[in-house]
Amino acid sequence: MSLRFQRLLLILLTLVIILSAVLLILYNTRENVSYFYTPSEIDKSDIIINKIIRIGGFVENDSFNKISSSSFKFKITDEKASILVTFEGILPDLFREGQGAVIEGAFVDKNIFNATNVFAKHDENYLPASIKEDLQNTGYWNKKYK
Amino acid sequence: MKFLVNPSKFNKVADYVFLPVLILSIILFSIGLIFSFYLSPDDYQQGSTVRIMYVHVPSAWLALLTYAIMTLYSIAGLAFRIPFGFIINTAVAPIGAVFTLICIISGSLWGKPMWGTWWVWDARLTSVAILFIIYLIIIFINLSFENRIVREKVVAIFILVGSVNLPIVKFSVDWWNTLHQPATISKLSKPSIDPSMMTPLIIMTFAFIMMGIAIAILRIKTEIISRKSYLS
Repeated sequence: MSLRFQRLLLILLTLVIILSAVLLILYNTRENVSYFYTPSEIDKSDIIINKIIRIGGFVENDSFNKISSSSFKFKITDEKASILVTFEGILPDLFREGQGAVIEGAFVDKNIFNATNVFAKHDENYLPASIKEDLQNTGYWNKKYK
Repeated sequence: MKFLVNPSKFNKVADYVFLPVLILSIILFSIGLIFSFYLSPDDYQQGSTVRIMYVHVPSAWLALLTYAIMTLYSIAGLAFRIPFGFIINTAVAPIGAVFTLICIISGSLWGKPMWGTWWVWDARLTSVAILFIIYLIIIFINLSFENRIVREKVVAIFILVGSVNLPIVKFSVDWWNTLHQPATISKLSKPSIDPSMMTPLIIMTFAFIMMGIAIAILRIKTEIISRKSYLS
């Protein structure tokens, strides 16, 4: 084996070792690396009151209630579990029922989550507005997106 | 393909290619910008804000591509003792850093109206921020050693170590829950983007690539000349 291929082998081996070390670290800390929990990942018995966490999911259909001009009540769901959320503040433009959202805040009791921040989550689908109308007219529109 | 590893052959090819590449990039940018501003439709949710994507996505791709090229040349430089690899590393690092910065800035401009925040520390955004810091460190190492041979090796090794960040940037959206959306164009068969929006994206990507090549040629030639005077 020539010297240059020994060096190449050494470099590739080092890269593999470093990469696997980093991936092992990230795999074992995945709960902290993940930006949010989904509602079904939250175990009702494990809830710590007033601990700040983030929850992500869809805003449940027909769950959005406007209490006053700047205070809202809605449910975040991942179709397996849902969580009741209260929020005071300004909602982002994309926020609506059926839309993905990430909320930051804490449980005030076992069932009510008080959000301090609401982020709208955008999915990977891009579609011209005119085609949306066509799809709605022909009835092929997926009702999940409003 | 010798011009990819040999400085004098590279110079010859670069002299041929530079002007056409520059003109092509200007033409592609004109067409691409007309497409992205006037000929592409509004998104059904984002409205006009979707047009930021035509700058954001190409610059993100090129930030990663530039780093991948530097990784390959570092391996070539260290394992096969090809000095041209180190020339590329020095010349190309600032280009990648600028693409990363464009990606981050355009991304936050999009994030404020869409997500409701300029910045969050989710896996994708954080790993791109780390990519930017790695680029900065490479530039700083390049400026800091007196001894050229030591400097080249340190830079190349640092680039190799930093390259573990590339798969993390790419797959962060699949491995963890992130606020950033997963890749739209990951499968070639049926991307979840309409052709009318795909066209400007592709044109802008090629415009960015051509501009990147044009700047890279200038910087690599400068680097070659500065080394010649250094040796004599």
